[in-house]
Amino acid sequence: MLDSVSLYRKMLTCRRVEEAIAGLWQEGLISGEMHLGIGEEGINAGVLDHLGDGDAVALDHRGTAGMLLLGVDATAIIKECMGAEDGLCGGMGGHMHMFSKDHLVASSGIVGSSGPAACGFALAAQHLRPEKVAVAFFGEGAMNQGMLMESMNLAAAWDLPVLFVCRDNGTAVSTSSSSVTGGSLEERARGLGVPGKCINGVDAEVVWNEAAAMLDRARSGRGPSFLRATCLRPQGHFLGDPLIRMVHKPIAEMKPRTGPLVSSAISSGGASIPQRIACIGKIMAMIGRAARTQLGNAYDPVVRMRKNLKITSIELAGLEEEVELAVKNALEKALLSVPASIKEATQ
Amino acid sequence: MREMSFSQAIEDALTQAMEEDQRVVIFGEDAHSLRMNLYTRFGERRVRPAPISESAFVGAAVGAAMAGLRPFVELIMIDFLAVAADAIVNQAAKVEAFSGGRWKVPMVVRAGCGGGYGDGGQHEQSLWGWIAHIPGLKVVVPSTPADAGGLLLAAIADESPVFFLEPKLLTDDLLDALGSGGRTTVTYDIPTEGQKGMVPDRWEPIPLGLAIVRRTGSDVTIAGAGVAIHRAREAADLLSGEGISASIIDLRSIAPLDRDAVLKDVECTGRLLVVDDDYRDFGLTGELAATVLESGLPVRFARVAVEGTIPFDPARERAALPNVDRIYEAVHRLMQ
Repeated sequence: MLDSVSLYRKMLTCRRVEEAIAGLWQEGLISGEMHLGIGEEGINAGVLDHLGDGDAVALDHRGTAGMLLLGVDATAIIKECMGAEDGLCGGMGGHMHMFSKDHLVASSGIVGSSGPAACGFALAAQHLRPEKVAVAFFGEGAMNQGMLMESMNLAAAWDLPVLFVCRDNGTAVSTSSSSVTGGSLEERARGLGVPGKCINGVDAEVVWNEAAAMLDRARSGRGPSFLRATCLRPQGHFLGDPLIRMVHKPIAEMKPRTGPLVSSAISSGGASIPQRIACIGKIMAMIGRAARTQLGNAYDPVVRMRKNLKITSIELAGLEEEVELAVKNALEKALLSVPASIKEATQ
Repeated sequence: MREMSFSQAIEDALTQAMEEDQRVVIFGEDAHSLRMNLYTRFGERRVRPAPISESAFVGAAVGAAMAGLRPFVELIMIDFLAVAADAIVNQAAKVEAFSGGRWKVPMVVRAGCGGGYGDGGQHEQSLWGWIAHIPGLKVVVPSTPADAGGLLLAAIADESPVFFLEPKLLTDDLLDALGSGGRTTVTYDIPTEGQKGMVPDRWEPIPLGLAIVRRTGSDVTIAGAGVAIHRAREAADLLSGEGISASIIDLRSIAPLDRDAVLKDVECTGRLLVVDDDYRDFGLTGELAATVLESGLPVRFARVAVEGTIPFDPARERAALPNVDRIYEAVHRLMQ
């Protein structure tokens, strides 16, 4: 049975931990890229709520929340994000490459690679852990990756207990996914022998119910399924996404770009004027898509879940306080041992 | 002469190539936002965003090149070459040989390479040794804006598949998107002489396979490419204060490799240090060791390269990549 309160607690924990990670990144304590799952909590929690010991998960570059939901220690995750020697992976992997053998969860920064990995996990389950399943998480951009399509076919051909979860925010880094994708994704999966469905990923309960049915199917040996769940990610592809920066600081961000852009539009030689205008229109549309991710509460899965909870406001306040405190403690614990070298290297 | 950043030089030379030759088309991941200016000027037919399907669009570049276009593929990072490996290793590299030299594949794959900004071992590899290992492929690694533009023109004009690798630490646009993300709280050890520099008013191709002597010395020859050249220069400054005089040879092109330039310099110094941001084993450093060994020159040899998977932790990452300290120490060992 769906325990909405417990699901909300998980989603809120993910949100708060990822906000804490975003804070560390802003402070310069985390180097390089940072892909967070803020806006995807409904999908992550709605699916992973069904998993238990012996089930395996293949995550992509956006796996922090998945790790948390599978029970990996928040402090170890935060430390790994900073590259600490006592982080989850000894500071070797960073946020894109987190692994926990104890939890049977692996991640990879190569788009689409979670598909084949999940097939392998599922094959091992068929041999060694009957009724256990494997879940692959990826974005809709990964749906155009050959290895992911091949893995769907493999899962269908071998009746592998895999759930393919596509978190669809409509944009592959900066490219509109519909502009580079032929056909419908569910039909594509069906064509490869994997039945699929598209649902609203902002609604965690809808995700939970659909994932329950698909995972039952896998556990009972009836093969793989494909779940496409839509969402909005207000931070874009990664923290500091140039498109989101353009939305928030249009003048500062567009100023250095405008001169070269205008000169490109009017330079002699090149495409026809209508073609150039079409391109400028598409650039504006790209920024417009980024602006639409800032729609706020209506597309926020955590806010939505909170509204539907059937508990008293006192209970809710208590729960939220507990989550805040737990995350605060995890963060403080993680910060206790930040090596001077990390501070030096990043500041 | 004009002053340009590394990224500006690349885009400027690319613009010139597209003006001069209608067959030059760009495609790859996020090509429209990565090349916003070229996209606007030349339209979507010539600057085309691709799905995240490396094996398809790199493979398509091979076919397009065979059939008359001169594709310029944006691969973002060379790590993603592994996804498109068949198109490169078994297709692009083989066509000329299999056709008895009758059919060529004039394509360029441009990709960011190297680390130094904390992106972890799956997004900071250099991999030019892997590419150079395959007969039929060429690979260049510029270290200055002027070389970036000149080598880019030569790469586009070349009849073979050429990898144009762009050290991310030198390119402000890639480094802004992947490293700082608009933050002012992070700094990276960026070689300023590589990130900005004077470039010609009109680009001329720099022949592939031609190294350049960046510094002339008498005690030791330091050879490398890309960021390594800047680290070597800094180390050479320190060493010269101690009376040790180092030559620096910027290979610029890993394949073809200018073995003669290295041998000529080593003949004078008798010592060779190869500095490589790529993996140590079975790569450029070993290749140059074999080159001097085969030449029969009496020479002492050392190398500084990446010895394992690049750690995410910034401190260990710095230690794993060739840095000034490691170069300095290696030269001292050679001098003993």
